[in-house]
Amino acid sequence: MSNVQIVNEPPVGLQGEGFLVTNLSAVVGMARKNSLWPLPFATSCCGIEFMSTMGPNYDLSRFGMERLSFSPRQADLLMVMGTIAKKMGPILRHVYEQMAEPRWVIAVGACASSGGVFDSYSVLQGIDKVIPVDVYVPGCPPRPEQIIQGIMQIQELAASESLRRRNGDQYKALLDSYNIK
Amino acid sequence: MAEVTNASVLATLQEKFGDAIEHAYEPYGMLTAFVKREQIIDILRFLKEDSTIQMNFLTSLCGIHYPNNEGKELGVIYHLHSFTNNFRMRLEVFFPAADVDMPTATVLWPTANWMERETFEFYGINFVGHPDLRIILNVEDMDYHPLLKQYPLEDDTRTDKDDRYFGRDDNKGVHFDKFPGKAQLPNK
Ligand code: SF4
Repeated sequence: MSNVQIVNEPPVGLQGEGFLVTNLSAVVGMARKNSLWPLPFATSCCGIEFMSTMGPNYDLSRFGMERLSFSPRQADLLMVMGTIAKKMGPILRHVYEQMAEPRWVIAVGACASSGGVFDSYSVLQGIDKVIPVDVYVPGCPPRPEQIIQGIMQIQELAASESLRRRNGDQYKALLDSYNIK
Repeated sequence: MAEVTNASVLATLQEKFGDAIEHAYEPYGMLTAFVKREQIIDILRFLKEDSTIQMNFLTSLCGIHYPNNEGKELGVIYHLHSFTNNFRMRLEVFFPAADVDMPTATVLWPTANWMERETFEFYGINFVGHPDLRIILNVEDMDYHPLLKQYPLEDDTRTDKDDRYFGRDDNKGVHFDKFPGKAQLPNK
């Protein structure tokens, strides 16, 4: 574990004694990346795996997410872990709609990604049927290492995302395709 | 107090209700009686209120569908438990799929309320006299009864599955009729 880097070096820029000139989006990206507030939406077995990911052995806190946000209004990252029944679909969507931009979504496990083993009339066949998803973590359930890798990919997205992306036409079209707002 | 056994309960039922008890058997030692729909509530009430048998608890109530069992496609099954005698038994009622009215057991046990809602939801069995027969588990706008065998179990919106690995050529799921052999009710 000794080679895990908690915070990368500062963004590239013009550096000298006591100052650093860089572009705003790199700084904002770095700040966002290392202070994500996740909202765990754990409905079944994958949620148990998440609990061990949060625990001291794997310690998700070292990625800057010490505090879980149980209110969607303060969360940046929606972590959907577990089987989402069709009846739960509208609730999940409601939670997503209450999150402020920028917001990311990670689908942990086969169930959240595609319905998993539950190819059944009562189960939503992947949460991307109701909300857009940024990162999918495969596995049934995924090991905590996989969940951590998914989180790190979310961090990469957060760090490199352009500040204007959420106002862009492409993003608006994406939300429109889900009929969100 | 006389001991309550499978034989004694069956004898009492047969004596009291005669033809309404169609037949009975004892899988894994549990008394299971097939009874007529018309008398089911009378039989349940008798079992509950009889001072010897005292079946005071309705453990479970559920439906079942045997589409090939002509004239008796649908069934309702009652699991009863007597706390006093530590005695359990089962009652089964079968009737045609075209005639789905069942008398409600909520008049005897309030707990039958949700169980009958569930049975209605999954099998479309209409419990006459039920105070509030709405679906209880699935999405509110569910417009069919999903455990009836004519409907596929699998979801049409599934996109990531290669049907060749499942021995199917369409994505509509396996239908009950495609299975060889018939589902049979156990005989006497
Ligand atoms: S993917 Fe597997 S472990 Fe995860 S919620 Fe679904 S069934 Fe459970």
